[in-house]
Amino acid sequence: MFESLTDRLGSVFDNLRGKGALGPKDVDEALREVRRALLEADVALPVAKSFIDKVRERAVGQEVLRSVTPGQQVVKIVHDAMVETLGTEPAPISLAAAAPVVIMMVGLQGSGKTTSTAKIAKRLTEQQKKKILMASLDVRRPAAQEQLKVLGGQTEIATLPIIEGQQPVDITKRAVQAAKLGGYDVIMLDTAGRLHVDEALMAEMADVRAVSEPHEILLVADSLTGQDAVNVAEQFHERMGLTGIVLTRTDGDGRGGAALSMRAVTGVPIKLLGTGEKLDELEDFAPDRVAGRILGMGDVVSLVEKAAETIDAEKANKMAAKMKKGQFDLDDLAEQLKQMGRMGGMAGVLGMLPGMGKMKKQMNAAELDDSVIKRQGAIISSMTKAERRNPKILNASRKKRVAAGSGTSVQEINRLLKMHRQMADMMKKMAKGGMKGLGGLFGGGMPEMPADLPADMPTDPAEIQRLLGDQAGGMPGLPTGSIAGGLPGLPGMGGAPGGLPGLPSGRGGKKGKKK
Amino acid sequence: MRVSETEDENTQAPEKKSLFKRMKDGLTRSTRAMSDGVTGIFTKRKLDSETLQDLEDLLVTSDLGLDVAVEITEAVAKDRYDKEVSPEEVRTVLAEEVARVLRPVEYPFRVEASKKPFITLVVGVNGAGKTTTIGKIASKTKAEGKSVMLAAGDTFRAAAIEQLSVWGERVGAPVVTTKVGGDSAGLAYEAVERAQKDGTDLLMIDTAGRLQNKTDLMAELEKVIRVIRKLDDTAPHATLLVLDATTGQNALNQVEVFTKIAGVTGLVMTKLDGTARGGILVAIARKYGLPVHMIGVGEGIDDLQDFSAEGFAKALTGA
Repeated sequence: MFESLTDRLGSVFDNLRGKGALGPKDVDEALREVRRALLEADVALPVAKSFIDKVRERAVGQEVLRSVTPGQQVVKIVHDAMVETLGTEPAPISLAAAAPVVIMMVGLQGSGKTTSTAKIAKRLTEQQKKKILMASLDVRRPAAQEQLKVLGGQTEIATLPIIEGQQPVDITKRAVQAAKLGGYDVIMLDTAGRLHVDEALMAEMADVRAVSEPHEILLVADSLTGQDAVNVAEQFHERMGLTGIVLTRTDGDGRGGAALSMRAVTGVPIKLLGTGEKLDELEDFAPDRVAGRILGMGDVVSLVEKAAETIDAEKANKMAAKMKKGQFDLDDLAEQLKQMGRMGGMAGVLGMLPGMGKMKKQMNAAELDDSVIKRQGAIISSMTKAERRNPKILNASRKKRVAAGSGTSVQEINRLLKMHRQMADMMKKMAKGGMKGLGGLFGGGMPEMPADLPADMPTDPAEIQRLLGDQAGGMPGLPTGSIAGGLPGLPGMGGAPGGLPGLPSGRGGKKGKKK
Repeated sequence: MRVSETEDENTQAPEKKSLFKRMKDGLTRSTRAMSDGVTGIFTKRKLDSETLQDLEDLLVTSDLGLDVAVEITEAVAKDRYDKEVSPEEVRTVLAEEVARVLRPVEYPFRVEASKKPFITLVVGVNGAGKTTTIGKIASKTKAEGKSVMLAAGDTFRAAAIEQLSVWGERVGAPVVTTKVGGDSAGLAYEAVERAQKDGTDLLMIDTAGRLQNKTDLMAELEKVIRVIRKLDDTAPHATLLVLDATTGQNALNQVEVFTKIAGVTGLVMTKLDGTARGGILVAIARKYGLPVHMIGVGEGIDDLQDFSAEGFAKALTGA
């Protein structure tokens, strides 16, 4: 559904290549696309507007570097401005106050306050050895206090005993007293979800603040929030004086423009990201990753992490060794297909890759979906061991047998074999040439990609890295497998981006060329 | 476990407000900003391209999404471009254009007597308001004199089972539960079995919140459906997707994927009592045409109302 901004800008600037500086007209045209991208990512309109003004100011008159296209240059300017707006200073939870330090969690209903409370408490306990007391002030939602108690049990963190019928301000007083008596370092107050326009509840929250004097007041907000994010953040901030924002559900497939909106209107740092349902799935805020997501530039870091998580390190090592020798048989291909499935299928992998928006769309158009991967797996498992190790022996009658065995056709088998050959070739190149190999893989290595693609997509590794900033820091290491043991995973990665170029030739290559 | 008295405050609505009044009240906040905006734009002005851009912006800030905003703006501009228009006229036209998209999806939730039990599965992302919605629908259905059973299928989130149990106590409906971490498909099976035996009119099955891009969790949902079909191959008779009005464009993905996996038959939009305008519903209606059953405009049981295209459009545009 979302095209990558880089893709779009590529087409805006198609006729521009080779010109000297970015003119106001070119920039305006490009910024229309930027505006669209921001709005599609749910960046609030007023925030999007002022952001674009800022970018315009910077972009007009800039010399286009010889090695990049104007589109890439604009994306770089946009990306940098966004990272800057999101805040590059690390903003950890501060505990620099007299114990017990009070951390108060506020937000709308269903934003994830209780879960985030437990996650933060767990983190402070484990990383900073703090003794923490959690108290739920939610006397409205049925079983809300019970929920925190259960989470306390799971994380082995103390929760204030529940007294039926006690009101939030009284619970707060009791929590502060209990924490003082019990020698706790930190009190976490989990408040009831409330609307920022609910006067009575906002007043209650202010009362809780008055009796507990929190050192941190964190707004917990859903990263999938739309245009309303500005209202919510503004009004909670005005009323409570927020010290930080915790964004939840960043593991969804939303583009997360709310992050930019909230940060821009409040100036309050985004401190943490909720990245999953498990209680240890909480991460420090990383502006470049969030910026990449908002711009639809993909999230290379997530891809790499996901790859590291899902790929069996031992198998990957074996494969890396094989590949260095230029061996890559059908068993290896089958393994890669499997890994891809584990990483969320083709769409999951592609969504995380920068500049892949266009390709993803072509694949959709070509109905090249995960069922293809499944069938390819079936084809390979219908072959004999010998055939898998040495596909060259697959003659017509063998192919017929395999087709019958896997419920496919000889044509499909031929496509699979072609894809395998292309991949094996690329693997050889990569084993030889390191990053150059990867460049070839993205650019020249994609025989079926539309010819204009290189215009949209950085192919020069240095350029990729520059465009993505730190995000791509890990990339150059990939091909040689030198990146921290976590990614001997080149094979894994190969399975994803490396493997992909071949895929469209399966079914989608020709169709994909049509616009 | 018992609930404290104070938790029940929302059930003691002092005055009975009319349905329309309550909806208006609930949506007023959403509306005010927008209708103020419309007045601001159109006071004694020609409908020129700058004005239309402002109108488009207004729609965008209501979460209609850029494409739908452009489309509706164009419809407003048709035959009126460059003419003097009053704010009232624009508001009426705007409301009409929005209502035009929404009218085909206005479809109240009905428990069909021919299906007994009428098995309803409730799905959605985390924190959308599934359990609360179930509680409210159960309460309404009970009030119509029908029997209701609830199944606490969210076996993942801490205290989700307790939360639904409290609702069961409130409305007087039996709640089928299993232990935390239990098999939700197995629980659903058991609930259908019990509801069939008891001759229950409506069985509502709660499910754990899940983001639609989590393939494993979506597969789990598929399994729930597969398993209850062993007892009734026409089940579930309704699959409700609960959407949070504050959600932006991602709601489109939610609708697409949940429909693909769980065969969503209708939508419920919650949390319309804040400043979120829920305009994404217009985009969803245009793209997927799924029935919209109800909207939530407050925490009280009566604040879950049948969806009205006209009312929603008027409230949204301030007409």
